[in-house]
Parts: sequence; C-alpha cells; structure tokens
Amino acid sequence: MRIELNGQNIETQVRTLADLLIEQGFESPCVATALNGDFIARPLRSETRLNDGVKVEVLSPMQGG
Amino acid sequence: MFYDVDLTSRLMLGTAQYPSPKILLEAIEASGAEVITASLRREGVAGGAFRDLLANSRCRLLPNTAGCHTVREAVTTARMAREVFGTSWIKLEVIGHADTLQPDPFGLVEAAHVLCSEGFDVFPYTTEDLIVGEKLLEAGCKVLMPWGAPIGSGQGLRNLAGLRTMRAHFSGVPLVVDAGIGAPSQAAQAMELGFDGVLLNTAVAKAVDPVGMARAFGRAIQAGREGFEAGLMPERDMASASTPVFGMAELA
Repeated sequence: MRIELNGQNIETQVRTLADLLIEQGFESPCVATALNGDFIARPLRSETRLNDGVKVEVLSPMQGG
Repeated sequence: MFYDVDLTSRLMLGTAQYPSPKILLEAIEASGAEVITASLRREGVAGGAFRDLLANSRCRLLPNTAGCHTVREAVTTARMAREVFGTSWIKLEVIGHADTLQPDPFGLVEAAHVLCSEGFDVFPYTTEDLIVGEKLLEAGCKVLMPWGAPIGSGQGLRNLAGLRTMRAHFSGVPLVVDAGIGAPSQAAQAMELGFDGVLLNTAVAKAVDPVGMARAFGRAIQAGREGFEAGLMPERDMASASTPVFGMAELA
C-alpha cells in the first residue's frame, strides 16, 4: 500500500501506525503522531490501522520561538 | 505568575536560529531564563542534539504551535506537543497572515476554547485588542501574550499606547509581550509598563554575540521590572529644575 509519511510517498506492507514507526526507524517515545490531521496518542498507535493513501505525520521536538 | 508557576526570571527565550546548540545552551544560561520555547517539526538533522539539550535543561518548556494557520492544525499540534513534551503549557499561535505573521484572532479564540476545555494551560499569542483579550480570558486563558511588533522584525513596541491601555484594562492578568522585540531597551520598556514578562528569540539568536545579548536582555528585563515596582515619576511637559534654587549665590 502507498501512504504519505511526512510529505513523502512511501510503499509499506505494515498494518498499523505502531508498526510503521518501527519499520521507518523512529524512536517511539520521542515522537508524536497524527493521521490525516488528527492526533493519535501513543497508546492508540498499535490499534490505528493504515489504509491506502493516508497521510501520516511523525513529529519531534525541534527548535522554536 | 503563570498558571500557578512562580518564576524568578521574567524572560522567556526562544531556541531557534542560533549558530550552534552550544551557543544556544550558553545563551539560555546567560539569560537566566527559566522558560524556553520549542516546536514540533518533522525530524531534522540536529534533532537528537536538541532533544539532549532539552533533557538536560533546567528550564520549563513552552511548546508552540508556530506556523499553524487553522484551528485544526493548531489544536492537533497542541495535542501532539502535550504528549511528546510532557507539559500542558502551550504557546498558541494561529497565524492569520503570511507576511505580518499577525495572529488570526477568530481562529485563536476558537482554538483556545478547545484547548482550555481539554485542560491545556494556554499562552495565546495575540494582538493588543482588548475585546480579543476578553474573549481569550472567557475561553479559559489565564495569560495573554500581545505582540510588540511582527515576529522577527525587531521593531520593539510598535503600539505603545495600545499596550499601555491593555495593561490598564487587564490589571491582575499576567501579560507577556511576545514577538517583535529587537533591543534590550525595548524589553525594559515593556517591563516598565508593568508587563509581567517578555518572550523573544531572534534578537538574541541573530545578535553578533548571542550569549552576550542573552545576558543583556536578562538584565534589561530585571531592571525594567525593578523600575516598574519602584514607581516611575510622572512625565511633565516643561522642565523642572532638580537642583534647588534656594541658597544660590548672586554672581551676576
């Protein structure tokens, strides 16, 4: 299935958001996730299923003003 | 002072645009700031180093929703920030215009309603408009953060009379001048008006010597506050000799 991860189109076989983080090498405790513009809390990642075409954002603490 | 948190320093310092993480850390130390701001972004090159810096910092974190133009973006960003930063503090920005980075007051109030009802401690980046301020307080905000000037412009307090009116209107409400400050004297001026704090970033990060400038801002803000607390003399239109006339010699 094809999904959009942080603005990039990628091909993946994983079923859930939690598995996507593992597949893509994110350090799970250090990131926050959103699916199609909605916040997905950490405990819900393993039950959040990915469908073709979804937009996933994985964000980290960065510098800001 | 801010959501039942008392601070010694009244400077809140932004963490963006510094020449290096080391200089950022030194600038935070030199400024004496106890609150630093941060954002949520797609992981960049220096992400790990910045996380280490945050982890080792003694400062309280104030995550922002910088760059959000809609209520939905800002609310989602705030929810993500609460989880990843582990704080309910959020600097709420809903930007209305790309050039001026002026807040969108309508979106801001709407987003503040949502976030306050979810238990966030919202620090709204707003204008000096009194009615918008009232609506933000009604929404549940316990701090207001009016701009001094457009973000990153370094113009200082562009609407001095408006800020003075705001201070008088919202007596008892913590007010922080956020954005547009370019020089320590401008920060001192905000404090002399009776504002409770100043939030700034670019003026320190883009100084020739950010660490020196951070120290200068820390001192200016402290001096301005002490000046306010000591009570400024009233302004006069005419001169009034300070040296007594009594006892003056006749030499003419």
